[in-house]
Amino acid sequence: MSSKQVLSNAKPFKYIGKHRRAVEHQRFVLGQGHFAADIQRPGMLHVALISSPYASAKILSIDAKAALDMPGVVDVLSGEELWANVDATLPGVDAPHVTRYPLAGTHARYAGEWVAAVVATSRALAEDAAEWVNIEYEVLPHVVDPEEALLPSAPLVHPKHGSNVIFHRHFVWGEVDQEMAACTHQLSYRVKWARNSTVPIETFAVACEWSDAQGVMDVWASIQMPKFPDQVAKALRLPGNAVRVHFDVDVGGSYGVKRGLKHTILVAYLAKKLGRPVRLVEDRLENMRGGDMQGPDRIFDVTLGFEPDGLVKCMKMRALDDIGAYSGRSPLQLGKPVGAIVGPYTIHSVAYDAMAVMTNKTPQEAVRGFGQAPTNYAIESGMDKVARFLQMDRIALRKRNLIAPDQFPYLIPSGTHYDSGDYAVVFDKALKEANIEELIAKRDRLREQGILAGIGFSTCLEPSGGNSSFEPLFNPKNDTTTWMDSCLVRVDLSGSVTALMGTSSSGQSHETLVSTVVAEVLDRDPEGIRVLKADSLNALPSNSPVGSRMAIMLGGAAAGAAKKIKQKLMRLAAHHLKVREEELVYEGGAIHVASDPSRALTWAALIEIMHRKYHLLPPGMEPGLQEKFVWEVPTGGGLPTAEGRIQMYPCHSFESHVILASIDPGTFKVHIHRYVCGHDCGVMISPDVVHGMTYGGIAHGLGAALMEKFAYSEDGQLLAGTFMDYLLPSAHEVPEITIVDHCTPSPLTEFGQKGSGEAGYLGSPAAMASAINDALSPLGAHIDHLPMTPQALWQACASQSQALDAKHALTI
Amino acid sequence: MINKQAIQLRVNGTLYEREVEPRTTLVDFLRDELALTGTHVGCEHGVCGACSVMLNDEPIRSCCAFAVQVNGASITTVEGLAPQRGVMSKLQDAFCETHALQCGYCTPGMLVACHDLLQHTPHPTKEEVREAISGNLCRCTGYQQIVDAVMLATAPEGETHVK
Repeated sequence: MSSKQVLSNAKPFKYIGKHRRAVEHQRFVLGQGHFAADIQRPGMLHVALISSPYASAKILSIDAKAALDMPGVVDVLSGEELWANVDATLPGVDAPHVTRYPLAGTHARYAGEWVAAVVATSRALAEDAAEWVNIEYEVLPHVVDPEEALLPSAPLVHPKHGSNVIFHRHFVWGEVDQEMAACTHQLSYRVKWARNSTVPIETFAVACEWSDAQGVMDVWASIQMPKFPDQVAKALRLPGNAVRVHFDVDVGGSYGVKRGLKHTILVAYLAKKLGRPVRLVEDRLENMRGGDMQGPDRIFDVTLGFEPDGLVKCMKMRALDDIGAYSGRSPLQLGKPVGAIVGPYTIHSVAYDAMAVMTNKTPQEAVRGFGQAPTNYAIESGMDKVARFLQMDRIALRKRNLIAPDQFPYLIPSGTHYDSGDYAVVFDKALKEANIEELIAKRDRLREQGILAGIGFSTCLEPSGGNSSFEPLFNPKNDTTTWMDSCLVRVDLSGSVTALMGTSSSGQSHETLVSTVVAEVLDRDPEGIRVLKADSLNALPSNSPVGSRMAIMLGGAAAGAAKKIKQKLMRLAAHHLKVREEELVYEGGAIHVASDPSRALTWAALIEIMHRKYHLLPPGMEPGLQEKFVWEVPTGGGLPTAEGRIQMYPCHSFESHVILASIDPGTFKVHIHRYVCGHDCGVMISPDVVHGMTYGGIAHGLGAALMEKFAYSEDGQLLAGTFMDYLLPSAHEVPEITIVDHCTPSPLTEFGQKGSGEAGYLGSPAAMASAINDALSPLGAHIDHLPMTPQALWQACASQSQALDAKHALTI
Repeated sequence: MINKQAIQLRVNGTLYEREVEPRTTLVDFLRDELALTGTHVGCEHGVCGACSVMLNDEPIRSCCAFAVQVNGASITTVEGLAPQRGVMSKLQDAFCETHALQCGYCTPGMLVACHDLLQHTPHPTKEEVREAISGNLCRCTGYQQIVDAVMLATAPEGETHVK
């Protein structure tokens, strides 16, 4: 199934790229995972939340007397008390008046916002008591539509901020106006990406325990967040070394959203105040409505300038993103796509108008791809529209525009260099695997039977190696230029190897990644290498598994630490065997003289010297055996130019999708007949893991394309708060998928690896939309918004037939 | 506080006698009272399947059953699927082999659903596997490697996983 070009002249890998069982799996299949909701501490208290029933309201009074009199109830916390005792969290952009606290203060800004927290000896008792807390509200005007929120008449979500726009910048990269005017054709269109999210099966859970004696807050949380311990400490007004986040908690899925800052600040405050361990496990409605984990919600207005041969020369894109009522890092999700704003295409100049607007809806959080999947959908929709306009084959159109392999490193107008790629070949591989001629014939046979059938394509980028260059780009007051990750490798006296990482995992098999990489470098059996997740007080710096970064960053850090161990052993052996290091051969952890293999030191002997025989060490060598390595993102460290040009992420994976789908004429449900994904993420360290993430990412993208939407009523009520309204794809909706691998190594990373954590999701919504629009094309109908639900498809067909009827009537 | 009721049930072969509130769900009972935290809570309204356990010989959603309802019954949770300590079931082994899980949160429910399938369909087709797990949501895998795992676990002896 896979074809692989190994780096020329490189030694073939021993463990990298091979099938290997993930280290993590055994505990999960035996039911011995260690999730945040599994944390039980003696005397633990439980939290239930009371939410605002209104999209916008003033909180007039909170009467908790009756609730506090109930058995088992320990506390009822209001926003007023909390605001006086913790600091607000601030947005990732410069908007100091858009503050956020875990509980609403004087005003609730969305339906579902937490207004009070009830603490009791069991969750059931806390829920009982929550019903007896009387809260008086004064309902205020609200706004739920992002375009209405821009109007001068719109109610302000945060009046102190003075506008509903929290971020707006118009970037111009190149002579876009002149080039657009010079193009033979210009085509403008609007596409909409609906508010959906990653919706992990585990809701957010956190347990906190404060020790008066030690002055330490222990935190167990289902977390995936950069700089989480620091932010919790800051909000609690504690020194950083007073918060200990236990990263060995297994996280039940995240894909971006498990940020849980407000949850943790709330629970930690209660734990300190009450002097008892406190736990909050969101129920599903709390999660969907008040968990602040909804995703990008975007309207794209795009104009493409192109020539009759299909060459797209320039693009103007306006992206309006509805971030909801509060802001964390969400506006930055418009920033990350700057690093791949032209997709895999040679588009020469770009204007990008990025605007984040606040409405009275549940806040937006980071979602797999950090804004790239919606942008890819917008770009790919345009490629199809251009092809249709020119009556050109969609494959040929894409190939006309793909960056060629000899153009790398390729500088895009917005300042990022793409590291490497072979896009047309990866596209061709998918087309070949799908047997495109036969696929077209099959589509046409379905059409002959009166069925709406279509083929979809997408060719998309997955920027990887997660940097934070969008921070200084979107906030001049923030000059963060490092987004390091690190690893410590230790060899104990018995010769066993242990590696420490400093972040939690949510399904990415990091223990497998690190042990494979360390085994590769040290030439030791990976099965014997233990990988631990240090708690935040014992950990080296990490920026957590975001932005498809861990194969690159944690993999690079683990390799760096293991290489230092190896170098140390070589120095020791050279000293001991009285030869130069260049004369030595390292093999399987043992070292011998190349010209005389009988002069050798075994692994056990080397380790014994390191740990016990100081007199045999080279002068000045530190005894014991452990090394750390902190790695900066390759290509990182830069600040944006005045025009907003910046190297965003270092590495760029590529994926091509080919789909044959049909629409049931009775139910308008979409059926997928064939799904092929060509994928190139450089050297795969763990192919099973990469394939798994890609399958999962495709499934997630099919959900976004066809099913998932956090719908709101006009009065700002969430209409999709359960799994009966917010539909996730099941094994029936996700088809069998064929992945075709390709390997263009990255020149920037240790082994040639690129990232893959967001694979599949970045291209499947675009390809699905492409297939559906191809299916609708014989009717002359089209649909430019997600999700393409049966109802939406029926409406697209019905409005088209009405239009045809009207035209027919006019003709008569 | 509601009066508790005495119940007796066998879980993974061990007999337990406890007093529970009638409103305590089976999943909360298993997790909080018996410390069997392998069974997970996903949606609490019977859609996602993460809380699936075997009630006698049938899979049920333990978030939608009260502990008092299963008084006298025999329950098998994910902790009870392995034939003995230190040995994985064929299915568990196959899940590890094909990378049929990532975060591991839906896995206990998936294993229960697949275990149930194999009890009455020892050699299922891929379609039958998809049907059997269609009531269990997984957000990580896209289901493909789960189907692979069941096909591997049920492949005739000597036949290896094709991949």
